[in-house]
Amino acid sequence: MSLVDAFRLSLRSIFANRLRSGLTSLGLILGVGSVILLIAVGQGTQQEITDRIRGLGTDLIFVEPSAAATTSQTGGFAGPLESTLVQGDALAIAANGIHGVLSVAAHTSIDVQAIAGPNNVGAEIVATSSEYGEVRDLEINSGSFITPLHDEEGPLVAVLGARVAETLYPGNDSVGREIRLSFAGGRLSLGFVVAGVLEEQGGVSEANDQVFIPLSSIASRVRFLFTPTGGLRVSQIDIQTASGADEKQVKEEVSELLLFRHETFEPDFVIQSQDELIGTATAVSNTLSILLGSIGGISLLVGGIGVMNIMLVSVTERTREIGIRRAVGATGTDIVQQFVTEALTLCIFGGLAGIAIGTGISLAMDGRELGGQEMTTVIQPWSIAVAFLVAVAVGLGSGSYPAYRATKVDPIAALRNE
Amino acid sequence: MIRLANVTRVYSTGGAAVHALAGVSLEIGRGEFVSVMGQSGCGKSTLMNIIGLLDRPTTGEYFVAGKSAAGLSEDARARLRGRAFGFVFQSYNLLPRMTALEQVELPLIYQGVPNRKQRAAEALLRVGLRDRIMHQPTELSGGEQQRVAIARSLVVDPLLLLADEPTGALDSETGAELMKLFTELVEERGLTVVQVTHEPQVAAYAHRIVRMLDGRIIEDAAVDRGGKDPKGSNGDSK
Ligand SMILES: Nc1ncnc2c1ncn2[C@@H]1O[C@H](COP(=O)(O)OP(=O)(O)OP(=O)(O)O)[C@@H](O)[C@H]1O
Ligand SMILES: [Mg+2]
Repeated sequence: MSLVDAFRLSLRSIFANRLRSGLTSLGLILGVGSVILLIAVGQGTQQEITDRIRGLGTDLIFVEPSAAATTSQTGGFAGPLESTLVQGDALAIAANGIHGVLSVAAHTSIDVQAIAGPNNVGAEIVATSSEYGEVRDLEINSGSFITPLHDEEGPLVAVLGARVAETLYPGNDSVGREIRLSFAGGRLSLGFVVAGVLEEQGGVSEANDQVFIPLSSIASRVRFLFTPTGGLRVSQIDIQTASGADEKQVKEEVSELLLFRHETFEPDFVIQSQDELIGTATAVSNTLSILLGSIGGISLLVGGIGVMNIMLVSVTERTREIGIRRAVGATGTDIVQQFVTEALTLCIFGGLAGIAIGTGISLAMDGRELGGQEMTTVIQPWSIAVAFLVAVAVGLGSGSYPAYRATKVDPIAALRNE
Repeated sequence: MIRLANVTRVYSTGGAAVHALAGVSLEIGRGEFVSVMGQSGCGKSTLMNIIGLLDRPTTGEYFVAGKSAAGLSEDARARLRGRAFGFVFQSYNLLPRMTALEQVELPLIYQGVPNRKQRAAEALLRVGLRDRIMHQPTELSGGEQQRVAIARSLVVDPLLLLADEPTGALDSETGAELMKLFTELVEERGLTVVQVTHEPQVAAYAHRIVRMLDGRIIEDAAVDRGGKDPKGSNGDSK
């Protein structure tokens, strides 16, 4: 039998059994589609995290209290209260003349409620110094960022992220106006004057939802942020290095300095460069990717088993047809070729439709908001190839094996099969 | 052309073994026209299946053109079935959801011959089906289905035609037409025909009648025409 005849025959049979063919392809479409989609979501999440870390600035090194030294990472005051880092550490790093260090900003994050008249929004306060704007590449829309004068005097001024400003004073310039920040679930509430509003930060940036205040302003009001020896606790220190600086060297020198200052040999802090942070985050999100990929794999498997089931039933059902064909001269090869062509046609069609749907949904989801969070999807070409090949292999195996078996009995036995 | 030597076929499905053929020896030469008769269940279809290479003897040997069929590969058997044999099943065995024309085309697809549609249409015409060729089996009468099956067996111009009750669903007039066609093919093309029938007047078209009983041949005799034209007997009503 010629290939053209085999193909024509398979199309006929596929269209003659529309429901069966539809169900068979449906299993593959869903399986292939979900593998592609879920892997795209996993990879998208990874990309988003990477972008977010990149969006923090360039050539940054972060110093944080080590996990062993702090027991909780929750919001409110709990985080900063257990921190092993103090503002003096940041000042020392800046003053020590370590080669490659451009500027240093210590900061403490506290979750608050920001209120202006009838409007209020949950925001994250970043209590920091004037260097922070430079370290994090923040651009000012109106007013100014925290100034060195603010650092010194500690007035109650605030710089608003773009989205916070838009929520509190929609459509208006909020510079010079008053907002209230409510700390620790309302137990402490302070009025601040807006000193500046940030430009909307592009890409994935958390700065849009933050409020920046001088570290010195709360230092003089919230006594319990101080250590017994009088240091002001901070939750993180950001170090901006010159581009091309030896990050390893900087990290080593910072580490030595901090060990000396903390009078210990066991570091109670962690120093990570941006790239290392990305590496860590990637490792975490890889786990997520694998998890999502496995779920996709399972649905492909389930789809594949469905296809196998339908194929097995359909070939068994058509044992009589196989008997008739063999009686009029079809060889075993002819029969197997017929079923392989049919299974292949069906699986290629199902696989392609699955690819179309999987990539289609992935593309449609990219950049859309889902459950209040912006989705990022990155379609992986290898996931398309793997899903497609698995689909085709499943179809081939489940179509040809029973057909091969049917050619191993005498035609008359196949014909008696009703 | 074919020779069976003490062929048996035992079905052992379910409890007791059924000896459908209990030692059959038979030789049929090229160009012969043979009728096989006998009561229902005596093993006629079983015999036809073995001759048609659709089934294998339990014991005994079957020779096709002097060669033992047991030694033929599965592919060789398929090729012989496709090129040299035409088989008309007692129960037609047409494929569902296929038009008459496609049914008849089927053996040609596996032969890879050109002009398939035309040859199939010609074969259908020979059995008297002209305007029903685009109908599927469910849209055809029993007799029409039977004639489609006959056209399918003849389309490859076989050397050996095996017809299991080819007139079973036909009226006597159409049956007689068919017998004339068989006779013509035997005489003009040297076709060998083995047919199973219960009707004496159909059997009488053959050169030779083999009678079976309980899986054995009990009589094998040439038809004595004695000047009697077989066409004359088809007017007899039963
Ligand atoms: N697959 C089978 N399994 C078991 N027994 C079978 C099988 N096929 C046929 N038989 C038995 O073998 C015997 C011969 O069957 P066969 O079909 O050859 O009869 P037949 O002479 O063609 O009858 P009829 O004139 O009714 O067609 C019967 O007794 C039948 O019951
Ligand atoms: Mg029979």
